[in-house]
Amino acid sequence: MLDKVRASLEEAVSPIQDGAVVMVSGFGDAGIPFELMTALMDKGTRELTIVSNNAGTHVTGIAGLIHAGRVRKVVCSHPRPPHSDTFAKAYRAGQVELECMPQGTLAERMRAAGAGLGPFFTPTGYGTMIAEGKEQRVINGKGYILEQPLHADFALVRAHLGDRWGNLTYRWAARNFGPVMCMAAKHAIAQVNRVVPLGELEPEHVMSPGIFVKSVVAIGGER
Amino acid sequence: MSYQPLTRAEISYLVANDFPDGSVVNLGIGMPTQVSDYLPADREILLHSENGILGMGREAVGDEIDLDIINASRKPVTLMKGASISEHTVSFAMMRGGHLDYSVLGGFQVAPNGDLANWITSGPDAIAAIGGAMDLAIGARYVIVMMEHVAKDKTPKLMQACTYPLTGAGVVDHVYTDLAIIDITPEGFQVRAMLEGLTLEALQEKTGAPIHAASNMSVIRRDQQGHPYY
Repeated sequence: MLDKVRASLEEAVSPIQDGAVVMVSGFGDAGIPFELMTALMDKGTRELTIVSNNAGTHVTGIAGLIHAGRVRKVVCSHPRPPHSDTFAKAYRAGQVELECMPQGTLAERMRAAGAGLGPFFTPTGYGTMIAEGKEQRVINGKGYILEQPLHADFALVRAHLGDRWGNLTYRWAARNFGPVMCMAAKHAIAQVNRVVPLGELEPEHVMSPGIFVKSVVAIGGER
Repeated sequence: MSYQPLTRAEISYLVANDFPDGSVVNLGIGMPTQVSDYLPADREILLHSENGILGMGREAVGDEIDLDIINASRKPVTLMKGASISEHTVSFAMMRGGHLDYSVLGGFQVAPNGDLANWITSGPDAIAAIGGAMDLAIGARYVIVMMEHVAKDKTPKLMQACTYPLTGAGVVDHVYTDLAIIDITPEGFQVRAMLEGLTLEALQEKTGAPIHAASNMSVIRRDQQGHPYY
């Protein structure tokens, strides 16, 4: 029987080891898997590379991990939204590295990884400092830079409903990076508001097909 | 003759009223967000938000607030009837793929060749933060920059060459400032309209590269309700 439902958040994050590359879904607070992040914090995992759109706000989520000294590097598009002083302080103190890239490039590098593609040419960032050190080419009069696929060991995502095969739906704009991170990571862990019986999700409404998801856990622990 | 520079709200009003009916528009964070307050009610203008919303409505209030429906500035918003939501790669395909009609961005510096700098200053304490700016700068059919004509220290923001790191090379089409509307043309900065009471010479003094008047250059005035038009 194919059963990806985990009994607890602790069990869901238990495979994450020190030094892991972990993708974290979310844009603003929408789609951030706060409960999984708390479980990861409690687990004490260190030396993490976090791949996410932002670098956390206040002292919650990614910022909480940074504050506790668990993060070695952040790979993101925008580490400086309002209330992101935790990252700024750690970065200026040399406690955390930053790799910053355009948001569309971040997403597309994940897609390339999940879709089995190699490097790809994108026009975003051509002629800017993002292009430095990368292969550049002008094709049909338009400039491009070569970007690499972005893989991860784990993805932590917040979905809405999930079933035991790993099929997921997302609420509204909390979807954002969830589907592509599930594809790009070797081991995607989804926290859901509710686990539903197989067949309850309409096949045409599934947004992350279960093949991309390894673990599903209800945030209340409910089944 | 004296002149009254446009407020940010007035610049937003001018930008909003220049979108044709049926346009698909992305409003960047900062000053461009205000443009949504002035979209003409008699035109259907579809707003795109980089976090996956096409058909974004106004800011949400009271019971409408759902923290999973937010704009690029992370504020709760409403959705229009007919709105759609997509995941991030699809949302950015809309930008990078040239499907948007207009992208409206804030700016630190713009050059006559269309170069834009708006993501990082050269300050020693600056931390890189790109977000969607580079994708928005290259993908839309028309890129509009809204900004004050000069910086806080009175130095020009329209200049011969950007000194801050670029967001995009040769990407800007139109610049709306508190003094003028300037089009980027093969001949450089061309003034489409400037504020009543301002002379081309006075505008040139505040601009760091040569400007020239469009053959049909108009004057930006305020109507009886105080709304700017040209």
